[in-house]
Amino acid sequence: MSEATAPSQGALAAPSSAGTAKLFARARAALLALIVPALLLFGWHMAVKAGMTRLIPSPADVAEYMVDFVVGGIWDDAFSATMHLHLWASVQRVYGGFALAALAAVPLGLLIGRIPLVAQLFDPFLQLMRPIPVTAWLPLSMILFGLGTKSAFFLVFLGAFYPILLNTVFGVRSVDPRLFEAASMLGCRGNAQFFKVVLPAALPSIFTGLRLGLGLAWFVIVVGEMTGVPQGLGAVIMDGRTLSRTELVICGMIVIGIAGFVSDRIVVMLMNRLLRWSPLHRG
Amino acid sequence: MAEIPILDIQGVDKTYTLGDQRIEALRGANLTVHKGEFVCLIGASGCGKSTLLRIVAGFEQPSAGSALMWSKPIAQPGPDRGMVFQDYGLFPWLTVRENIAFGPKSRGLGQAEVRDIVERFVSLVGLTRFADAHPHQLSGGMKQRVAIARVLANDAEVVLMDEPFGALDAMTRERLQDELLDLWQRTGLTVLFVTHSIEEAIFLADRVVVMEPGPGRIASEHRITLPRPRDVSSPEFNDVRRDLSSRLHSHHAKKAA
Repeated sequence: MSEATAPSQGALAAPSSAGTAKLFARARAALLALIVPALLLFGWHMAVKAGMTRLIPSPADVAEYMVDFVVGGIWDDAFSATMHLHLWASVQRVYGGFALAALAAVPLGLLIGRIPLVAQLFDPFLQLMRPIPVTAWLPLSMILFGLGTKSAFFLVFLGAFYPILLNTVFGVRSVDPRLFEAASMLGCRGNAQFFKVVLPAALPSIFTGLRLGLGLAWFVIVVGEMTGVPQGLGAVIMDGRTLSRTELVICGMIVIGIAGFVSDRIVVMLMNRLLRWSPLHRG
Repeated sequence: MAEIPILDIQGVDKTYTLGDQRIEALRGANLTVHKGEFVCLIGASGCGKSTLLRIVAGFEQPSAGSALMWSKPIAQPGPDRGMVFQDYGLFPWLTVRENIAFGPKSRGLGQAEVRDIVERFVSLVGLTRFADAHPHQLSGGMKQRVAIARVLANDAEVVLMDEPFGALDAMTRERLQDELLDLWQRTGLTVLFVTHSIEEAIFLADRVVVMEPGPGRIASEHRITLPRPRDVSSPEFNDVRRDLSSRLHSHHAKKAA
């Protein structure tokens, strides 16, 4: 066979001289993304100024508390310059619980998706357990694991477990049967197909599950830290509530939001690297 | 012919049960193919041509009768019978090079040997420039070249092709037909090729096997003696096409009657 035809989608074409155009497009995207939050902030500011609420501080107040929370030097109370401690405590629980969930859910999902007996053993039980909200586990988790870190770990684990498991099972079950035929006619049969076909083919779904799971881990952390841990962003929010310090609650929310966003971007970056072959998988 | 055929299909039936319905995909199929032959299976959809191909590939077992390769029953898929699918069946997470290396690696060849084989077949199908591209970056014609290279790199004796050019545009299709014939003549492969195009069958085959639906079965066989390279616009080619076309339609007319 002689020469090759041109690629269909031009995906191999070198990026054109559009360095500046790309930069401009990025700046535009960033600007557009800022409009809605800016309007919201403005509305919030105006609402507080007009005296519509006494319980919620103005954005400027929150910003001031935020600075104090991060670096201190303004109010010098129990929460000044403690942000990093709380953040670190939460990050450990989120990633710890998430890692544990991934370690359990990915292999279990691969087995459930692939081996009918394992599916028959676990599927009905897991389907029954899944609708129970993580919050409902709180009292039981406190009895089982006591007040504190272990309980938070467990709840984060539970929150992240199901999305990872379900997406892994889905990924394994939706592998194109053609690929098994292709592998077997090329001499790769039986268990060898597990690592050569099933795992790589299911990887996009597994990553979707991991991404959802990590998002939920951040989601659950507030509940997890309601269990009486001294440190953590969830604990800060709970303390803020008990002390009627709304600005503290909002600061905790903002830090969780940013931390969750950053960790999602990390997963997406990893995903884009590992799944370069999949045109549909661009986050 | 006294020599042992490479493929020997005798009295093969294939029935599926779909719910409480029995579907007879193939009834009493007999076909022998000799080494180096290029055989095309042609017929309307539901005539069992793909089923027959899948039985030879080892993806399906016959319900009755025997399917032999070199006188041994075909029990499962294997590298001696390479399949080229219409939808390519490439591994999307592997590059062109890795897709071609998949078979040799699975058979446990050494690293250096695999590398040599891969380079040879990448250049054989003209994809050196795209060797590190992933399938989604390739055109349909290029994907099918990879699929063919992957099968040849694995030392397939018989190449089974299930409407391999059916999804390609006319130009690419013609070029790949030429390239396939060229490869076939140089390598002495045996090819079993399913198509629904009469022209494609006459252009490629030593022998055209006409199949009919309801139940799927082999209706007739025709040896194509036109000298190669064949010219699809020549009067001789047209005569053969007219003849084969009328036979195909008479089969159908009989069925409709």
